[in-house]
Amino acid sequence: MNLNRTRAIAKKEFKHLMRDVRLLAVLVFSPVFLLGVFGYAVNFDVHHIKIVVYDKEQSKISREFINGLTQSTYFDLIGYISDDSYIREVLDTKKAQCVVVIPVDLSQKFYSRQEAKIQYLIDGVDGNTANIIQFYVTAATYSFSSKLSSEVLARSGMRSFLPLNFEPLFWFNPDLKSTRFLIPGLIAMILIVTAAVSVSLSLVREKERGTIEQINVSSIKTSELLIGKTLPNVLLALLNATMILVVGYLLFDVVVKGSILLLFFCTLIFLIACTSIGILVSVISDSQRLAFSIATSLTMLPSFILSGFVFPIESMPVTVQILTNITPAKFFIRILRAIILRDVGVYAFWDQLVYLILFASALLTAAILIYNRKEKNN
Amino acid sequence: MNSIEVKNLTKKFGNFTSVDNISFNVKQAEIFGFLGANGAGKSTTIKMLCGILEPTLGDAIVEGQSVAKNPDRVKQNIGYMSQRFSLYNDLAVGENLDFFGGVYGLSNQKLNERKKWVLKIANLEGKENLLTGSLPGGIKQRLALGAAVIHQPGIVFLDEPTSGVDPISRRNFWELINELSSEGTTVFVTTHYLEEAEFCNNIIFIDDGKLIAEGNPKTLKTKYLDKPILEVECSSVIEALVILEKSPFVDETSIFGNNIHIIVNEKYVEEKQITALLEKQNNITVKKISKIVPTLEDVFIHLLEMDKKK
Repeated sequence: MNLNRTRAIAKKEFKHLMRDVRLLAVLVFSPVFLLGVFGYAVNFDVHHIKIVVYDKEQSKISREFINGLTQSTYFDLIGYISDDSYIREVLDTKKAQCVVVIPVDLSQKFYSRQEAKIQYLIDGVDGNTANIIQFYVTAATYSFSSKLSSEVLARSGMRSFLPLNFEPLFWFNPDLKSTRFLIPGLIAMILIVTAAVSVSLSLVREKERGTIEQINVSSIKTSELLIGKTLPNVLLALLNATMILVVGYLLFDVVVKGSILLLFFCTLIFLIACTSIGILVSVISDSQRLAFSIATSLTMLPSFILSGFVFPIESMPVTVQILTNITPAKFFIRILRAIILRDVGVYAFWDQLVYLILFASALLTAAILIYNRKEKNN
Repeated sequence: MNSIEVKNLTKKFGNFTSVDNISFNVKQAEIFGFLGANGAGKSTTIKMLCGILEPTLGDAIVEGQSVAKNPDRVKQNIGYMSQRFSLYNDLAVGENLDFFGGVYGLSNQKLNERKKWVLKIANLEGKENLLTGSLPGGIKQRLALGAAVIHQPGIVFLDEPTSGVDPISRRNFWELINELSSEGTTVFVTTHYLEEAEFCNNIIFIDDGKLIAEGNPKTLKTKYLDKPILEVECSSVIEALVILEKSPFVDETSIFGNNIHIIVNEKYVEEKQITALLEKQNNITVKKISKIVPTLEDVFIHLLEMDKKK
């Protein structure tokens, strides 16, 4: 490989990037914009669940229970109803996500040491949110009932005793904030899309304009051409990654716990894998338009759906789990979460790096084979 | 001394033979015209000579290097300019030259020297910061040629370099080609403008991948077209053409502008034969009949007709 030639190509590519101010602005600022949009919009934390109470008993205990619910930020009391027939209406018109029905015999059952049942009617249209609401109301009921039982026992001179209790402690993301979980995925998705698209476009542009002929007859080797052309794009992507981390810190308090150096090294490996997608796309397509649509569809959806960014891979059917390997974002997200959230060393995820390298090698080999076949038939 | 020696060069794509066993030599520093209709195998031949396409059979020695064995060495000693404008429109003139110079391994003083030379021949001295896309077509073409020879190759391949360029720029471009050739660079050029081919020292014609004629423009006109050729100026050209095609003393006809060129055989004796034949139709009047020196276009059409008859 000749360094002078590689440098000449990289220099030219860099100038192309600098010349097209509009494209440059899109490449630099769209990741930050996407991060803002995703960071605020994609949020699985459920707060301020709207509840309506149908208190059939209206006793001291029932009021105490309702107070307990509404003290937290999880529940907002919208109002009371006084008849069964309103339940349907309240849920239908989406005035409330959950209707709490307190039975008429709550106090009576409590004092006679019988089990009382509080009914929750939850809007189940959004299954995910419904699950979370269910989790919250269960927890709220449980804590209220254990508080009640200890009071009762205290009155009769006994201390409450629970044979088993638990104290959950969430490591790495103690407040269970979903942005913290999402940002690594966002970095992966944004980088894979920008890197694959920009590399494939810059290669196909040469084909479309016919300048590739001039390069073919010169003594430039394919490796020099590819390295020279991808280098500026990879640097730009690294800049993007840095900006995402900075903005992630400023807007969402996401701090990189692990080694920044290791993070950049792994990002570089990931970018090589993304670049190989771009190269393969450029070999297949002859126009920038085609390259753009292939590159985006190969990167955008898989890195969103199949990478574990939002949906846990472990809960997918086996066939889909196998399919998740088509996106290198899957491996990179694991690495990012390990470094950013857990602060673990390379020993914990070296296998993911190997997968990334295998992925890049497989795609580059395919690109070379297809390219050679096309050349023979020209 | 030969710049190119082509021996039995053949290229097949599956069952289709694009270039069929052609052999020819190109002398050092000559302007060599490579003519043929579209699809005759010109581009395939040039690709093989430039070392980017492997020959199926045969070989060519370009500037002392075999295209079959050492295609990478060949690439270092040649320049190439395609019919499509191949500089980057979004880069400045100087940036384009930096790139092509860098690609061919020029640096520092050598690069500066050659950049100056290219700017001079393209009439762009002091304008290297202009955006290439803003230049007029003729200047772009000269700049592209300059970039193609920035590394001073022994030979430069020009694939239809003047297509889409106005006549004056074309003339200027050919002056530049002559200049290169007089400085010792071999120029291998394909063109569809046959009046341009007249400027070449030597020419070969190919059709269907086969070499059908070679020589300098003068020998081509005499050797391959030994029968007399007449120019007929008359009214109702199309009708006259149909009549002449059918007459026994005419071998070939073709239209040149408002005139008809006919190649006649031994049955032709005098002009009256033509006048009598055409003026039998009352709407045709013959204005002038003259014997002419054939142009390369006459020869080209004649050769293609002959090849088709085979």
